Amino acid sequence: MKTFNKVFTIIVLIFLYIPMIVLGAASFNNGTDPAVWQGFTLTNYGELFRDGVLLPLLGNSVIVAVISSMLATILGTMASLGIHAMGPRMKRTVMGVTNIPLTNPEIVTGVSLALLFAFIGTLLKISNVLGFVTLLIAHITFNLPYVILSVTPKLSQMDPDLREAALDLGCTPTQAFFKVVIHEIMPGIVSGALMSFTMSLDDFVISYFVYGPNFVTLPVEIYNYTKKPLQPKIYALFTLMFLVILLVMVLMNLLEARDDRRQRVARRAFGGPRKESAEE
Amino acid sequence: MKTKRLATPYLVWMVIFTIVPLGIVIYYAFTDSVTGAFTLKNIANIGNYLPIFVKSIWLALISSIICMVIGYPAAYYIAGRSPKAQRFLYMLIMLPMCISFLLRTLAWVALLDDTGIINGVVTAMGLKALPLIRTNAAVVLGMVYNYLPYMIMPLYTVIMKIDPRLVEAAEDLGCNSAQVFRRVIFPLSVPGIISGFTMVFVPAVSTFYISQKLGSSGTTLIGDVIESQFKTAYNPNLGAALSLILMVLVFICIGIMNRFSDDEEVATV
Repeated sequence: MKTFNKVFTIIVLIFLYIPMIVLGAASFNNGTDPAVWQGFTLTNYGELFRDGVLLPLLGNSVIVAVISSMLATILGTMASLGIHAMGPRMKRTVMGVTNIPLTNPEIVTGVSLALLFAFIGTLLKISNVLGFVTLLIAHITFNLPYVILSVTPKLSQMDPDLREAALDLGCTPTQAFFKVVIHEIMPGIVSGALMSFTMSLDDFVISYFVYGPNFVTLPVEIYNYTKKPLQPKIYALFTLMFLVILLVMVLMNLLEARDDRRQRVARRAFGGPRKESAEE
Repeated sequence: MKTKRLATPYLVWMVIFTIVPLGIVIYYAFTDSVTGAFTLKNIANIGNYLPIFVKSIWLALISSIICMVIGYPAAYYIAGRSPKAQRFLYMLIMLPMCISFLLRTLAWVALLDDTGIINGVVTAMGLKALPLIRTNAAVVLGMVYNYLPYMIMPLYTVIMKIDPRLVEAAEDLGCNSAQVFRRVIFPLSVPGIISGFTMVFVPAVSTFYISQKLGSSGTTLIGDVIESQFKTAYNPNLGAALSLILMVLVFICIGIMNRFSDDEEVATV
């Protein structure tokens, strides 16, 4: 069974990476059609760096992704703490609201926000309301549930005695949060933030309905591009992006592994490991 | 408790940017595009789009089931590795999602096209080119490819959190590994299945890019229709009505799935 699962996982990974390989190969292809290999070239990369349009658009995407995921992580973590302290009925109502953008099809969220912004625009008599701010608001809105859904499970899995012990030992609730709770829920916060960032960076559907001509993100531009034949420099851009993200993720992986080791050593030094740390 | 108030900014945000916009969608769905008067005309239009709705739901459902069947063993395998390997494998699953799904879909076009990479191999072997692109299967493949990580992530999270002592207890009580899986691990991973299923089904049922690139005019999905109402046909009222129906449909589907998971919880307690 284990071997079956292992082989299966490898097949899944191959499946996930086949298009990546195609994109990577297309970036070195001396032709415009990724399906026809016409020899190795680096001109696509040269063209990419001479091109003054794509890189600033990538910059726009990164700006929106960083700001929206940061704000969503802060707001969402706060909300998770609040939700965790609520009674069951209240909790259910709030989680119901949280689930709306998550369960709602993206296209409906996009359309509804576009209509809201149009409505606000007519109310304030601004002719062109769509732009950076509307894009940012939309991204925060769809990022928030991801943060909450990654953080709240960590809060309910956390041993409540830990927080109470901190309070008994003289911590204020704020200190107890920063000294104890935050460490317990950190994996949830990090995965929520990461998820928000990737969602935001790759978001096309919602952005497509709320972007303005003054602030275009890369996915929206690619959609507008793909109606025409695609220029191979886009493949070059994405191959580079993929490598950068790969590097960042590997680095983060190594850092986390080092932190873990340090924590384990520290715990051993302070007497027997707790039951949670034993399985980690 | 003061802690509760930490959720207030979030709730205000959600009311303004989630609930109010949905109210506006409902308002548009029930007003005439020219006169602005109340009308049921837009909603009544659903009859014309019924086959498209059915097709969207059908293809999304098949995709979700395929994602579950191939996502579960992968998630199960990853959850059983050492922490270091878990992190690495999880990263490998997440990584493709960092690349624009538009481009990944285009890569599949290059693979599946009539003169594409796969058919290049097939014809080189002396066989006839296969009709791969512009089929329902190609659209399902695109959906499975794009949304598979959404299935694996929640499954992995839930399986990883299962207390190993429960498994040990079941083993001590005489369960073999198949029984442990069926009676302990699987029931405990139902919440992950439900959320994975939702996370795949919803984007799949409302997609409008995958069907444009990998499908044909016969695989026009409801997302394509809504998009065209806002971007090319300029009939936001009809678009809002279709969005409203799509939303209600999705909520009904999710309601059914959640009822199923609630029953599970009661049964296991």
